[in-house]
Amino acid sequence: MGMAMQPSALLPEICLLVGALVTLLGGSFLPRRRQWVARLVAVVALLASSAATLVAAGDPALLVYTDTFAVDDATTAARLVVAAGTLLVIGLGVDELTGARQESETYTLLLLSALGAVVMAGAADLLVLAVGFLLASIPLYGLIGMSRTARAAEAALKTYLLGALFGITMLLGVTVLFGVGGTTTYTSLTAGLQDAPAAAVAVGVVAVLAGLMFKAGAVPGHFWVPDAAQGAGTTAAAFLTTLPKVGAVIAAYRLVEVVAGAAGTGLLVAGVAVLGMTLGNLAAFAQTDPRRLLGWSTVSQVGYLLVPVAVAGRSDLALPSLLLYLAAYAVTNLAAFAVVAALPERRTLAEYRGLGRHRPWLAGALLVSLLGLVGTPPTAVFVGKLTTASAAWDGGLPWLAVAVLVNTLLSLFYYLRWLAPVVARTDPHATAPAPRPFAEVAALLAAAASLLLGLMSGVLLSPWS
Amino acid sequence: MLSTIVFLPLLASVVLAGLPRLGDRAARWTWVVASLVELALVGVVWARYQTPAPGTLAFEEQVPWIPGVGSSYHVGVDGLSLPLVALTAVVFAACAVYALREQDRPRLQAALFLFLQSMCLGLFVAADLIVFFVFFDLSIVGMYFAIAGWGHGQAARSALKFFLYTFLGSLALLLGFIGLYVSSRPRTFDMVELAANPPLVDDGLVGGLVLAAVLLGLAVKTPTVPFHTWLPPAHTDAPAVGSAVLAGVLLKMGTYGFVRIAMPMLPDAWRDWAWVIIAVGIVSVLYGALVALAQTDLKRMIAYTSVNHMGYVVLAVGAAGLVAGTDEQARAVAVTGAVTQMVSHGLITGALFLLAGVLHDRAATYDMGAYGGLARPAPRFAACFAVAAFASLGLPGFSGFIAEFQVFAGAIAAAPVAAIALPGILITAALFLRAIQRLLTGPTTGASVGFTDLRAAELWSVVPLLGLALLIGVLPRTLLDVVEPASEVVVQLVGR
Repeated sequence: MGMAMQPSALLPEICLLVGALVTLLGGSFLPRRRQWVARLVAVVALLASSAATLVAAGDPALLVYTDTFAVDDATTAARLVVAAGTLLVIGLGVDELTGARQESETYTLLLLSALGAVVMAGAADLLVLAVGFLLASIPLYGLIGMSRTARAAEAALKTYLLGALFGITMLLGVTVLFGVGGTTTYTSLTAGLQDAPAAAVAVGVVAVLAGLMFKAGAVPGHFWVPDAAQGAGTTAAAFLTTLPKVGAVIAAYRLVEVVAGAAGTGLLVAGVAVLGMTLGNLAAFAQTDPRRLLGWSTVSQVGYLLVPVAVAGRSDLALPSLLLYLAAYAVTNLAAFAVVAALPERRTLAEYRGLGRHRPWLAGALLVSLLGLVGTPPTAVFVGKLTTASAAWDGGLPWLAVAVLVNTLLSLFYYLRWLAPVVARTDPHATAPAPRPFAEVAALLAAAASLLLGLMSGVLLSPWS
Repeated sequence: MLSTIVFLPLLASVVLAGLPRLGDRAARWTWVVASLVELALVGVVWARYQTPAPGTLAFEEQVPWIPGVGSSYHVGVDGLSLPLVALTAVVFAACAVYALREQDRPRLQAALFLFLQSMCLGLFVAADLIVFFVFFDLSIVGMYFAIAGWGHGQAARSALKFFLYTFLGSLALLLGFIGLYVSSRPRTFDMVELAANPPLVDDGLVGGLVLAAVLLGLAVKTPTVPFHTWLPPAHTDAPAVGSAVLAGVLLKMGTYGFVRIAMPMLPDAWRDWAWVIIAVGIVSVLYGALVALAQTDLKRMIAYTSVNHMGYVVLAVGAAGLVAGTDEQARAVAVTGAVTQMVSHGLITGALFLLAGVLHDRAATYDMGAYGGLARPAPRFAACFAVAAFASLGLPGFSGFIAEFQVFAGAIAAAPVAAIALPGILITAALFLRAIQRLLTGPTTGASVGFTDLRAAELWSVVPLLGLALLIGVLPRTLLDVVEPASEVVVQLVGR
């Protein structure tokens, strides 16, 4: 069992925290045109966090700080995906943020929210989970409101109110589980809940899961996602539709494993998954703003991500497919957002007309990312969907695998609505402003990563074979 | 060797796509040269091919890919796949030659079709379900862009319909594959292992559901009635080379899946449901022929004859599942006929669609009523069209006759009821003769006036296809010697 104190095991998290503090303090002394120093600090902190993760990646799993934080494959995956994803977010945001009023503050908030996501992913204790939830949420409210438009203000308020509601619900759940289980630590909670009244356990688990669903942007806590994706700055939108999910979904996985004995939890999550996929897809059909479309698409994608959570502990494929899907989803979704960030003046799907002719590489990146989100091989999301559906069937829920594939078909329609103008023939007179260079590079990198991850997925899944 | 054949076109495609400064002429010739190299490589494989032992493949290659789920990059050929690999190389080479006159973004078109060629070849050599699926899905994506980008009429709409329909099929297929994977012990996606040790033999319900998913996927792709509605619009609005590839190669993916995946891996369920498959085959044959008879648009007519011709294949493989009270010999003949029909249909329909493209090129319409007496201004076109029509209606001396004769000989021996499908041949004969009469004979009127005859590139793309159909019709042994041993293996596997 775990050691009491072991700060070195938390080196990746410490890098993020120190990076956030230095960025904040340093940023307040830097003149407006020197804010790139703050960006550099943030990037170094993220690279250092990834490096520290990689160094420790081969070590055996352990629990630290009196069993409240797990350092295992899932945490390692979360650390890497969150750090790499945040780097991509900063990359795609350079053009938008350079010289902006609150550039260094944005980096600080990104790092803190990333830290919160990692803490949620590693939490092996309900109280640590609650801390991670708050740490991941509060910076987000600031990030969304940062762009100071009416839409952003509305989105920030909506997110804040929902966040407060679901946060309190979650704390209520923690309290109930502590009350009937006698502990908040996962290692002893399974035993503690064995003789607890089933109804109380159910209430507690559902309440905690509700908080996590808000953080993941999953049904029923999803109402803020499309508004925030549309209203916030592109950088913030890219971040919030992608990386907090990593923490929330892994946290949900751990929680479901803890209460695996409590009948119905898996089915409940499966129901939430199907609702999320279907609702997200149906709502995305009619969208004309690409960012709002991506907002709804992310609601449906969380549905797929919850499928392995529903069979947590019942299929060997569940955890590896979840981690692979998370990484795949992160790079693919960020690739789509990077394309949006590269073309800030195009705010409707129709305005993407002729992109294939004027900007073939950017159009290629969009093609890879949107077909990737559909689940077309050989992108990584395809492998994620394949293993996820296999895990569902293997875990005794074949109908869930059917639901995944039916929803994939539904989703094809709206992703194609975006792609059709991109490849359509254009009038030769149309001219387009040059895309933003950093965002374009970020889009190409992310799209290439999505393809590579798919082709190399065997290497990632091999530890489980 | 097989990997070279599969990925060489992809490499050429990437090079073409990545060189925006390349001239149109150079791009067209790059495509022709690449496809001819492919043809030569496939020729080498055919010459060196020796029938592998039952349950194994020739020219096998295997590299671990996703070992976590028992999937590997595994390729190989046998008597079922080699003829289709060769067909793919031939049809794509014909398209490359035909497209030598293309004016609309020839570099990107060449890149797209080379990409498609890689996907088709990859599918036919795949010996792993996931590898098969990857190529299956990407071929849909490639064909979507071929129709949407180079089609005419309501191209975007037809392309979307094609994509949604066939993507539905591919997802059903994937569901079936996952079912096979989850039920196999040890867990694997490897086609050779799944055929050697089929899962779900004792589970009629799950086996039936998995077969239903696989059949749905393949039936959409084939297409059989009632899943054929995407085909006529896709063909009508696709460019000539797109239609030739779609009908010549892509439709075979469905029927190939029957003999490669459904029959050997789900033998129990296949036998249980053989009557349903036979019924679907008979309906497809008759319905396809009757609806084709009613068309005035030449391309739609050819599209519906595809439903009819693919119906023969479905009928044959269905009959091969009737084990009780039939002899293995007859069922093997039916399967051989099915594979021969796939090759034959690819060659002949490919040629027909290219010829239809010539009509659209000259007069921008496929309406048979707009033409008349083409034989006088365009004798070479008339000769080629007449030969292709006679080959398609199953005249002895052409590959179609060999195929249909075997299909009926085998199927009627196994299920006498298959004889109801025989009028299909008669109706096809009638509709092709009527098409010849309306287009070619009589006084030269309408769009036929001033019609330019086939140019060299068009002639050189169509004639080799028809020549091969004739060669198979006269000297079928070269093909049958390759196919027959594999058919016997399939029939034995279904009979387990």
